Amino acid sequence: MPVEVRLPTVLRQHAGGQATVRANGSTLGEVFEDLVRQFPGLGGQVVTEEGTLHRFVNVYVNDDDVRYLDKLETKVADDDVISILPAVAGG
Amino acid sequence: MLRLTNDVYQRMVGHCYDGLPLEACGLLGGDPAAGEDTAQASLCYPTGNDAASARVYTVNPRDHLRADRDAEAHGLQIIGVFHSHTHTEAYPSPTDVAQAPDPTWHYVLVSLKDGAAVVRSYRIVDGNITEEPVVLTGQ
Repeated sequence: MPVEVRLPTVLRQHAGGQATVRANGSTLGEVFEDLVRQFPGLGGQVVTEEGTLHRFVNVYVNDDDVRYLDKLETKVADDDVISILPAVAGG
Repeated sequence: MLRLTNDVYQRMVGHCYDGLPLEACGLLGGDPAAGEDTAQASLCYPTGNDAASARVYTVNPRDHLRADRDAEAHGLQIIGVFHSHTHTEAYPSPTDVAQAPDPTWHYVLVSLKDGAAVVRSYRIVDGNITEEPVVLTGQ
């Protein structure tokens, strides 16, 4: 099922400069796998080699932070909008 | 150079004072296509500090999403982040540099260590810190 994925500025270089791309999957994890198939440069940027969400990004399905849903197991449906934003922190 | 409108400056500094004794943080919106000499923050988004600390900050992720969408609705984008230093100078800490999320952003520090706010802005690219002038504008 196609969903819209919105990329932060720092990741757009890996997706031909696009701010928004489309990808398929029934879970967030599947969507990110499809994304990396389309844009290999995104590999390791959002999902770690261990298969968990990178701690330097926040991912949302529509308005919800997926860390409070089912993380990469979160179900997605047609026309959901997935947003990836950098985690912003410092000292 | 980073131009700040008076409104942005006042909201930003006000949010930092409101956050005392903890660090406060927020995001700045502007035109990402502006050049080095014309960059301007025209939108200010005070955000929650999820770290709730006097020494570190974490921008509340939902506040960030909301700010990102609002900036886009204005035809703009998030172009930087501000946060306060309550007991140190307005200079990026090693943590700020290590965690700087975007080399195109402006990193604004608001020091409140001496009571009166000191506002300075930096670019952080590959761990290198470069200060840039901050200019207040009427609009």
